[in-house]
Amino acid sequence: MVSDKEILRLRKIALKLRKHIVRMTGLAKSGHPGGSLSAADIVAVLFFHKMRLDPKNPRWAGRDIFILSKGHATPVLYAALAEAGFFPVEELRDFRKLSSHLQGHPDRLMTPGVEMSTGSLGQGLSVANGVALAFKLDRSPRRVYVLIGDGEMQEGQIWEAAMTASHYALDNLTAIVDYNGLQIDGPVNEIKRVEPVADKWRAFGWEVREIDGHNIRQIIQALDWAEGVKGKPAVIIAKTIKGKGVSFMEGKVKFHGVPPSHQEMEEALKELEKREKELENEGI
Amino acid sequence: MREFDFKHLRDAYGEVLLEMGEKYPDIVVLDADLSGSTRTARFGARFPERFFNMGVSEQDMMSTAAGLALAGKRPVVSTFSIFATGRAWEQIRQSIAYAKANVKIVATHGGVTVGEDGATHQMLEDFALMRVLPNMRVFCPADYYETKAVVRRVIESEGPAYVRLSRAKFPVIFNEDHQFEIGKAQVLRKGKDLTAIGVGITVYSLLLAAEELQKEGISVEVINSPSIKPLDGETIEASARKTGRVFTAEEHSVIGGLGSAVAEYLAQHYPVKMRIHGIKDIFGRSGQAMELLAYFRLDPRGVKEEILDFLERG
Ligand SMILES: Cc1ncc(C[n+]2csc(CCOP(=O)(O)OP(=O)(O)O)c2C)c(N)n1
Ligand SMILES: [Mg+2]
Repeated sequence: MVSDKEILRLRKIALKLRKHIVRMTGLAKSGHPGGSLSAADIVAVLFFHKMRLDPKNPRWAGRDIFILSKGHATPVLYAALAEAGFFPVEELRDFRKLSSHLQGHPDRLMTPGVEMSTGSLGQGLSVANGVALAFKLDRSPRRVYVLIGDGEMQEGQIWEAAMTASHYALDNLTAIVDYNGLQIDGPVNEIKRVEPVADKWRAFGWEVREIDGHNIRQIIQALDWAEGVKGKPAVIIAKTIKGKGVSFMEGKVKFHGVPPSHQEMEEALKELEKREKELENEGI
Repeated sequence: MREFDFKHLRDAYGEVLLEMGEKYPDIVVLDADLSGSTRTARFGARFPERFFNMGVSEQDMMSTAAGLALAGKRPVVSTFSIFATGRAWEQIRQSIAYAKANVKIVATHGGVTVGEDGATHQMLEDFALMRVLPNMRVFCPADYYETKAVVRRVIESEGPAYVRLSRAKFPVIFNEDHQFEIGKAQVLRKGKDLTAIGVGITVYSLLLAAEELQKEGISVEVINSPSIKPLDGETIEASARKTGRVFTAEEHSVIGGLGSAVAEYLAQHYPVKMRIHGIKDIFGRSGQAMELLAYFRLDPRGVKEEILDFLERG
């Protein structure tokens, strides 16, 4: 059982990540806030509760691996890496600048803690499979986590990889689908239907659990559950809200790849800070 | 320095697509979840029954377009250049080029001027990937007006074709009367000391560099080569015979692009000293579009310095 205190700690971290996301995209005047905000709670639990990592030693041989298959969500990844101590938080403000190592999409050669270069959708699950296969060969206890977008599931390669993972019984791999319902041109199930999502994964040989992707306790329980699944890969379908945490961004297609204006950034930060104060008072 | 208007090539594309859609009822348009960016959304709003958003499924999109072509439609397919020519290359090879399906691929977001999205989205190998395919023709306009001319011509021509557009606004160097012909280059400025051939935004860079170099007594002939394949070897050779030196500049890898096409031609017809200028076998990186153009020495100052270096070192 996870303590209420731990849940509160993670909720606070997720809020911090959200503030970074808003500030990074606002200052860069570029980047992808919507799908970063929808993944903030999942990423907070992975980086600050679940995964075995050593920020002072990014290439530590015992670490778990996280692959951001929906590579455009760099703001949430960089925010987590900075808060975890992989590089100084101050560097976040140079996101997407020519002088910065923080590329628009993840670059494993430039940024400490980034395990794989991604950005072209659909490839992350295959890469995660490869890592999981290697860990099996090495009889390693290390685990692999991969975050996939719901629109990203329209890529055929996702389903090729889904077959691979179940064929090779990759139970050391956990896939998480950020099911925020939106892609660039509109709602995912209107642009090109992905439903029935859970049935698809099941038909491909996966164990499936559906959760509220903004409920920290559910995220933790699902990740623990996935670790317990044996002989099959496991996928967590996390129902989320794109732009979650900033009321004027929530559920808005526009904020996929459009940053907040300066004024919107200030407004969003105010809202998130208010939320932070409320959490402080909740104290539990 | 002269003042230039900056306009989106993709806006020109969106406008011409509407015009062509009215004119040709057999035109169908496919996109892969980037219709706002590529500007095909405008066609989609006007002709919803002839527009297919395929979602994030580029490989599926290319072969579907081939099927539409087999059944008598005239498909125009758009996404970012990397996902069109990179992700779906083999679908293009077999379903479109080999089958000679009447599919036009008009891709946006070529080159480093993609900007902040960085290396994964900056397509620097598309000319090479498309040029190498039999039956495939390759075009890249230099500005807003040339985009209109190129897209019109290409859509009205028969057979597979690839057109590369940009994300960034490019300086306007032509006007509404600008003409484009498949397989034709244009001498934009006469000169005698060196031939400089550009494509896309480097045409602007070369024109400005040529003005500056003139002040230093160096006379540069500037050629715009929007038709990379078929290449206008005749025009290029005639210029090379006059100047004896050829410089090429492109927002593309120095391997396999316009420079290579020119070198392949001249090596076999009239070998001269060449300098192929472009992205030097490396990936791009994040930054602002015009800042990156300068970083990779493809802005007017960068190409000017490269030309001087070429003249000095021979
Ligand atoms: C192969 C490929 N095609 C197209 C794109 C452009 N693109 C970036 S994000 C995106 C939509 C992704 O939607 P989704 O997976 O739902 O992401 P999220 O909502 O989590 O941000 C697209 C089409 C891409 N990055 N890669
Ligand atoms: Mg989505």
